[in-house]
Amino acid sequence: MFERIIAILIKEFKQVLRDPRMKTVIIISPIVQIILFGYAANKDIDFVPTAIYDRDNTKESRQLLQRFTYSKYFVPKYYINTEDEENYMLDKGLVSAVLRIDRGFGRDIKSGKDASAQLALDGTDSNTAMIIAGYANTIMSAYQHNLFQADMDSLGLDFKAPGVDLRDRAWFNENLISRNYYLPGVIASIVTIMSLLLTAMAIVREKEIGTMEQLIVSPLRPLELIFGKLLPFGVIALMQCALITTVGVLWFHIPFRGSLALLVLATAVYLFTTLGIGLFISTIASTQQEAMMSVFLFYMPTFLLSGFAYPIANMPQAIQWFTLINPMRYYLTVIRGIFLKGVGMDILWPNFLILLVMGVTVITMSALRFRKKIA
Amino acid sequence: MNFKRILAVSNKEFIQIRRDPRSLGLAIVIPILLLLIFGYGLSLDIDRVQTVIWNQDASSGLARDFLLNFKNSKYFKIVKYTDNYRDIQHMIDSGEALMALILPKDFSHYLESGKEAPLQLLVDGSDSNTATIAMGYVRSVVANYNVNLLADTLARRGFRPARSLEMRSRVWFNMGLNSRWFIVPGVIAMIIMIIAALLTSICVAREWERGTMEQLISTPVKAPELIIGKFLPYFAIGFIDLFVGVLMSRFLFGVPFRGNYLLLIFLSGLFLTGALSQGILISTAARTQLLASQLATLTTFIPTMLLSGFIYPIFNMPQVVQGVTYFVPARYYIIILRGLFLKGNGMEVMWDEALFLLIFAFAMLSLAIIKFKKKVF
Repeated sequence: MFERIIAILIKEFKQVLRDPRMKTVIIISPIVQIILFGYAANKDIDFVPTAIYDRDNTKESRQLLQRFTYSKYFVPKYYINTEDEENYMLDKGLVSAVLRIDRGFGRDIKSGKDASAQLALDGTDSNTAMIIAGYANTIMSAYQHNLFQADMDSLGLDFKAPGVDLRDRAWFNENLISRNYYLPGVIASIVTIMSLLLTAMAIVREKEIGTMEQLIVSPLRPLELIFGKLLPFGVIALMQCALITTVGVLWFHIPFRGSLALLVLATAVYLFTTLGIGLFISTIASTQQEAMMSVFLFYMPTFLLSGFAYPIANMPQAIQWFTLINPMRYYLTVIRGIFLKGVGMDILWPNFLILLVMGVTVITMSALRFRKKIA
Repeated sequence: MNFKRILAVSNKEFIQIRRDPRSLGLAIVIPILLLLIFGYGLSLDIDRVQTVIWNQDASSGLARDFLLNFKNSKYFKIVKYTDNYRDIQHMIDSGEALMALILPKDFSHYLESGKEAPLQLLVDGSDSNTATIAMGYVRSVVANYNVNLLADTLARRGFRPARSLEMRSRVWFNMGLNSRWFIVPGVIAMIIMIIAALLTSICVAREWERGTMEQLISTPVKAPELIIGKFLPYFAIGFIDLFVGVLMSRFLFGVPFRGNYLLLIFLSGLFLTGALSQGILISTAARTQLLASQLATLTTFIPTMLLSGFIYPIFNMPQVVQGVTYFVPARYYIIILRGLFLKGNGMEVMWDEALFLLIFAFAMLSLAIIKFKKKVF
């Protein structure tokens, strides 16, 4: 039995890797993705392109502007003089914010009256706009505090305000680098899509070309056929996992705090589910096109509702329940736990258990269906 | 170029698509599913941050008043009050809580004696974006509390409250800061890219794989006719998807459409032409469906997800990557879609993006035809 599995395993490897371009794609694809995620997928909002519209032009307005331009959050891209320019900048999306100080700002401050400045935000990206508004408020409060202290000093009063002093500390990702969060997730994304797509398309291809008939009439038993067909894709997915981990740790300096063996084990367990689903899709699809579209139909919700880029806690309650049957969700928790938190089985065991149950169920059901189809 | 021959090829393609109704169905179902997930399921707005609190100064009214600010805020959801550090550690490790607030034993004592009371905030930084935003919320609660405390203290000493400076933020285009308005137009671009490039790349590769391409080549059909004929039906599918996308955005998700519909159709046509040609180019180069699908994912889907400004702001990327985004056509299309939906922009504002799309469409179509000719002859 073992020999026959190995025979088909070798055939399968040869077939996938015969095309040298396919070999390249299998290696290049994870590398491109990890580089893109490492450099591009960044939701930290720094260096907001800003236009400055100073109609007041007094010492006070310049002090405030200085606080904006010296913060790392705002980058003054344009200095403008008319309202038309303000409209154009925002319409065209050249800047995300326009800081406008109207006449009277300095005069009001000097005479002890309330004063205000305006920040026009491009609300298209609501999330970014909200964060920028927060930054601006903080800068304004600091300026106010400064003015207040100056007033007290000039009156010769020694007064220190009581207050709550916030001391915050981030765990696991001390410098709050988004790359540390995304890159381990890329493993989950690539392992999922690769194992699904390779399995489903390769099997349907044999059906399409007619070579599946040949395999069926060979002395292979169905179970051996299934194992031999699935194993190479599992191996490829594992190698990609290793590749991403290596690049992530060596090039992007992603912390790896947990156990490597645990990562391999988690991936292997998770592969049961994805290979099983790939096998299942191959039994319902009759063309490769259909297989690919079905893979996408399964992959998109799995990916989007896994917590990869969008926190599950923000989703509506009904969808949060739905994510409970999403295998990638558990795999992601395990991966991030291993990379960032360095936690072990004592914390991760429920995730492993769920993945194992899912995997065994899915692969058994798919194998039964596959056997019925070819028998 | 002969119009009749183009029609003959697209007619054949239509028949082939009709014979495979499941693929056609998926080409409509996948976009609807994506729009539903993005529109309903995914929110970039962060609220109900799961918080665990350890109030060591529990007997003090001042500390309880301070915590009320968190309890009454929709941004925080207090999942547990605890009295030990182990609980906090476990809850953050296992992800049950995103942050922990720790009030020291002498919290109220500090404040009453006019000093600064330390407040400890521990955040799970794994998801740095969520962590940053959550920390920002806490900061603003604390700043607010401090300002009120200062005003109270001053008033008690007989001073008039300090003058206040205000930052008046005015949000344009999306006054309600609804993240759905931001995401949904981007999803339309992503859908068109996926459907157009993936579907065509695989359908042309199939003809190569099965050998029917040879048959087509041996007919009097010329390369440009063949390519245009092949992509006409997919052009139609792309427009159906666009139509479904716009309808769902307007009526299901309530995203406003402030621009011109004719402009939307015209510019979408350009984008679609480019994307379809890119699909044909890929499949001519790949020749097998498996490779074509991989190449299409790599060159269309992933850049559209990551480098188009769909989710991740381009201005935050490193300079080199920002340079690369200029070659991602979805970047321009997304700017155009958001301009049309939210800003009501016209050609006078978006002419350069439109020009880029025109270049993209023209370049891809020519490349597809040239490459195809080379492969054949």
